[in-house]
Amino acid sequence: MQSILADTMFFPPERSSVAGSVDGLFDFIYYLSAIFFVGIVFAMVYFVLRYYQRPGHKEEPSPSHHEVLEITWSVIPSLLVGVIFFYGFTGYLNMREAPENAYEINVRASKWNWLFVYPNGAESDELHIPVDRPVKFLLQSGDVLHSFYIPAFRIKMDCVPGRYTSTWVIATDTTEAPDPNDENAKDGHLPMNLFCAEYCGEKHSAMRAKVFVHEPGEFDVWVEKAANILEGRSPAEAGEILFKRKGCAQCHSIEGDMSAKYAGPPLNGQWGTERKVTARGTTETVTMDENYVRESIRQPNAKIVEGRKPGMTVFTPQLLKDDEITAIIAYLKSLK
Amino acid sequence: MSAAVDHQDQAHHAGDDHHGHSPFQAHHFETMQQQFDSGKLGIWLFLFTEILMFSGLFCAYIIYRYNHPEIFLYAHKQLNTTLGATNTVVLIISSLTMAWAVRAAQLNQKKLLIWLLSATLALAGVFLVIKYFEYTHKFDLGLYTGRENVMYQLQHPADFQELHEEVEENLAKQAEEKKEAEAHAVSEAEAVDAHPSEEHGDEHAAAHDSHGHDGHGGPEQFLDAPRNTQIFFGIYYMMTGLHGFHIVAGMIAIGWLLSRSIRGDFSSEYFGPVDYVGLYWHLVDLIWIYLFPLLYLIRS
Amino acid sequence: MSTITPDTKLDIGHNDDPSSNYLTCSSGFLSWAFTLDHKRIGVMYLVGIFTSFFLGGLFALLLRIHLLMPNGLFPETWVNMNTYNQLFTLHGAVMTFLFIIPSVPAALGNFVLPLMVGAKDVAFPRMNLASFHLWVIGAIFFLIALFTTGLDTGWTFYTPYSIETQTNVIAATIGAFILGFSSIFTGLNFIVTVNTMRPPGMSWFKMPLFMWAIYATAIIQILATPVLGITLLLLMAERLLGIGVFDPSMGGDPVLYQHFFWFYSHPAVYIMILPAMGIMSELMSVYSRKPIFGYTFIAYSSIAIALLGFLVWGHHMFVSGQSPMAAVIFSGLTFSVSIPSAIKVFNWLATMYKGNINLATPMCYALSFIFLFAIGGLTGLFLGALATDIHLHDTYFVVAHFHYVMMGGTVIAFVGGLYHWWPKMFGVMYNEAWGRFFCLVVFIGFNLTFFPQFIMGSRGMPRRYATYDPEYQIFHQLSTLGAIVLGLGMVGAVAVLVWSLFNGRKAPANPWGAATLEWTCTSPPPFYNFEHAPHVGSPYDYSQLKYDPQVGGYVKDPNAKPASDHH
Ligand code: HEA
Ligand code: HEA
Ligand code: CUA
Ligand SMILES: [Cu+2]
Repeated sequence: MQSILADTMFFPPERSSVAGSVDGLFDFIYYLSAIFFVGIVFAMVYFVLRYYQRPGHKEEPSPSHHEVLEITWSVIPSLLVGVIFFYGFTGYLNMREAPENAYEINVRASKWNWLFVYPNGAESDELHIPVDRPVKFLLQSGDVLHSFYIPAFRIKMDCVPGRYTSTWVIATDTTEAPDPNDENAKDGHLPMNLFCAEYCGEKHSAMRAKVFVHEPGEFDVWVEKAANILEGRSPAEAGEILFKRKGCAQCHSIEGDMSAKYAGPPLNGQWGTERKVTARGTTETVTMDENYVRESIRQPNAKIVEGRKPGMTVFTPQLLKDDEITAIIAYLKSLK
Repeated sequence: MSAAVDHQDQAHHAGDDHHGHSPFQAHHFETMQQQFDSGKLGIWLFLFTEILMFSGLFCAYIIYRYNHPEIFLYAHKQLNTTLGATNTVVLIISSLTMAWAVRAAQLNQKKLLIWLLSATLALAGVFLVIKYFEYTHKFDLGLYTGRENVMYQLQHPADFQELHEEVEENLAKQAEEKKEAEAHAVSEAEAVDAHPSEEHGDEHAAAHDSHGHDGHGGPEQFLDAPRNTQIFFGIYYMMTGLHGFHIVAGMIAIGWLLSRSIRGDFSSEYFGPVDYVGLYWHLVDLIWIYLFPLLYLIRS
Repeated sequence: MSTITPDTKLDIGHNDDPSSNYLTCSSGFLSWAFTLDHKRIGVMYLVGIFTSFFLGGLFALLLRIHLLMPNGLFPETWVNMNTYNQLFTLHGAVMTFLFIIPSVPAALGNFVLPLMVGAKDVAFPRMNLASFHLWVIGAIFFLIALFTTGLDTGWTFYTPYSIETQTNVIAATIGAFILGFSSIFTGLNFIVTVNTMRPPGMSWFKMPLFMWAIYATAIIQILATPVLGITLLLLMAERLLGIGVFDPSMGGDPVLYQHFFWFYSHPAVYIMILPAMGIMSELMSVYSRKPIFGYTFIAYSSIAIALLGFLVWGHHMFVSGQSPMAAVIFSGLTFSVSIPSAIKVFNWLATMYKGNINLATPMCYALSFIFLFAIGGLTGLFLGALATDIHLHDTYFVVAHFHYVMMGGTVIAFVGGLYHWWPKMFGVMYNEAWGRFFCLVVFIGFNLTFFPQFIMGSRGMPRRYATYDPEYQIFHQLSTLGAIVLGLGMVGAVAVLVWSLFNGRKAPANPWGAATLEWTCTSPPPFYNFEHAPHVGSPYDYSQLKYDPQVGGYVKDPNAKPASDHH
């Protein structure tokens, strides 16, 4: 079914292949209800005007039941809701079954933000997808229930902790970043809203993100760029991102926290300072410089800071490229 | 005489009867029969709600048993079948005495009624005592709910260091004891026991024999537990706990009947309360009849 | 059946004898707090329920005003995201558990039902009193939750959030648990009363439809509430013992919780609407002075709703991750429930046909019920249909839907019924003009509040949002404006009744010319209702009654031909 109310006050713009049929069903129910509602109200008002209590007017006897009538007004609505049900679930099923060739994006919901992980390892907190191509969203939650809702696509699915759920979409129109000096930019071209639709605690209403739809070529460029962190960032910024992504932050505090909560020594304000380390049994003193850091990443167990246990992951070049280490070094220098 | 006047005196001694019927007939019932029928229907509806309440738990049980049979197969071994069976018998007998008590009330056998009610009460007491021992034994083994549960803690060594170390050394001990080949389970059982006591020792022995456990009571015996076994104990404590609560409620009700029957309230034309409590008691027993096989006797 | 004292020449059936009047026959706090009289218990419920309604309403007003601005009108320090979450949670919880579920059955039902069966009281007066005391205790627990840490789980207590939140979920769940038992006791009492205490001559199909409705409601209360009880117990155990049944971090399943919760809470919505429909059947017939049309169909449709209502809970979980198969089945069943409601609506309309429609305040409420409930119910169809619900779930469309059925349906019918039975309850007539006026204010305010919510809902405005996209602001502002009007309307409607207590004129025994038994005793009824079970006629046969201007009400027509049974 196609929609007549589309792009009226009732709906956000239709931006997905299913939106049309959803709105179509909505209209069908809408007009059906309108007919019944108007009929009911009309009958009501008419009876009141015709039979209201006034001098000289008296009720006239009339049968107090009428089988045929009862049957009719039971059966007709039954048939109509039957129709609604049918369109409802056919529409629903093809919203649930994602095609094989769908491009798959991992959606990680957690209080109170969204993280989108792309097949090539790129991560972003804004959703970017290609136009005219089925995209499947694999939904996960790190803590409580959330719900992945994009009104313009008419899709919604809960993110349930401890299991995977999924939904999918084919976007039909591309978006552009809003252009300030162009007043009459059609809203269709603005990035779309993504809401969290399942109550998840304090900042539930702040758990929103923007959705960008790109031409396929454009999109591939974007994911590549997103995947490679060094591109277009100052080494320190890139280093910070790597420091988190590669898991350094799990064992090294950057708030000078010495406690056992962190397996490794804190790394802020350490640059250029000296420390006692044990290397092959012998204790020596080293200053924290480029080479020391590089060694500690490539062969962590070569020098162990006193009072710490060996056990840090060995970062081979496959895990961490040289220029990535450079970036991290830049970051460590920046840490006060 | 104006209606008002006798409304007035009705108002004043409200509650007591003004029809000149049995002193136990409430003012708003026309006949004793109507009162009895109402009570009967009432208690049946109440039992219905009770069943539905438990059925919620049974649903939870079925769903988890269906999804994780291994948990139930493993965990039920920790329940003591002999004690469970004894309790089943105890309750069945108490049902019998209760049913008999109703009969006695109907036949005006006031002495017998008092005896049977006391018997029922006593049996209920026995049930609770046995349950108490079952519970305490599990607590000694550390089979609590959720994160307190020793099995859960074993599966999360990072969060429960000291337990982990204890297990390590126990295993070590056993290793060398194996060499000396003359260890006795009870000693370790008590090693982990907060306050070792004779009775607990026997308990352990009993428990382990009855399960053909190869005998050491320490946490290490649960190393082979499947993940999330603690859920079984969550369900176990909820079901038996709620049931136990109903037993206690029943005991209070029976106690009340007892006092009234000693006062000699019940007779062949007024025995409603005995009948109603009787029905309730049968339901409580019935629920146990289901709980016992579901929790204690699990075969894959 | 009334009192003749020397100074009244004309007996209008008003109860002038303070020692007989149930309100005055004994006095003092204890004579109320521990009364076994169903009428007094009904009145106490009435007071408690309206207090809760205004409390809940106050929360609603606050949250509506907060929503005037996309980032909240009030300064952060006063209403921030946290307080907003508490506002809608407490609003929802108070309105559902404390107000609407006991509203009609416990307040009006308690007062009217025994009178309708011509009985002296309900079957178990002590249990009835216990039910009220439980209600009070439950309310206290809610207040504890409110005044300690508040509550921020949403009225649905979804796990795992309700397990990990710092707010006082335990107190609230204990409260709800106790309220559940209060509701079970009421239901149990009514089923037994209807089954065993009907007078000779009142066969099942001679019962007033209000009794049928209450009976159907009671069935749901008995069958569904225990499941809520165990669900809440499990939730408490989750927090206290961490049993892990609903907690994914312990291997539990949060979706299972939702199944448990909705297994109660969907039938609960029919606990809310069925008694209201019962009131409607009475009002439509009495004020049209016509026997109700299609009595048997209305009676059976109540039972049908009660039973079918148990099979559709999954329609609250279409996007929760339940299997598509389940979703399809639940959707199909959902539509089957809407048919009995449709039947009722059509029968009410047919009842007006060729009637003599008296537009007294209760009838005005009845008419606005049809208008509002039709909208609320029909929008239920949008939500029942899978494809559209995916889009509409957890948006303001749902919020608007259930306010139209709950506030526009139940509450409106409740107030209508209250105006209808008011003369019987307190023996005074309220002021018609003001009654009608505030009915109109409520009607306008209500639509202004909730209609815009449908639009912003279908435009994608999610519910439970403390802050929102400016795109929706205009709708929120209209809604808030409406809420204020609605609030004033509700306060006014209640004020009219309270005012009448002090300066209303004496009510006759039967001001509306209704044929059900409660109108055959004086207004207000004597302590013992009826000396002897009154003669039972057809509840909707008005041929016997004629208006007597001196009395200001209806009296038996001496020269009327014997009753012609209409069914
Ligand atoms: C009084 C309470 C009440 C009543 C009576 C109803 C009645 C109905 N409700 Fe509603 N509902 C709620 C209270 C109620 N609901 C609440 C509180 C929620 C939200 C809970 C939460 O999440 O917080 C909810 C949510 C809710 C949902 C879940 C939405 C979501 O979260 O995604 C659904 C989905 O199917 C639904 C459907 C229906 C249907 C089909 C009816 C039907 O029974 C309606 C039947 C009535 C009619 C159909 C109108 C009268 C008939 C005519 C005018 C004649 C013409 C009829 C036809 C052509 C069929 N309701
Ligand atoms: C019977 C049930 C019922 C009733 C009657 C109402 C009545 C109202 N409700 Fe409520 N509502 C719910 C049940 C109900 N609600 C439920 C279950 C939820 C879901 C909660 C959740 O998501 O968990 C909800 C949620 C809900 C929301 C959505 C919040 C959100 O999702 O973010 C909103 C927003 O507009 C709202 C508004 C209103 C308004 C304006 C009224 C008005 O009708 C109120 C009118 C009455 C008054 C305004 C009171 C008048 C009194 C005074 C003005 C003075 C006060 C005086 C004294 C205290 C003595 N309600
Ligand atoms: Cu995440 Cu709401
Ligand atoms: Cu529902």
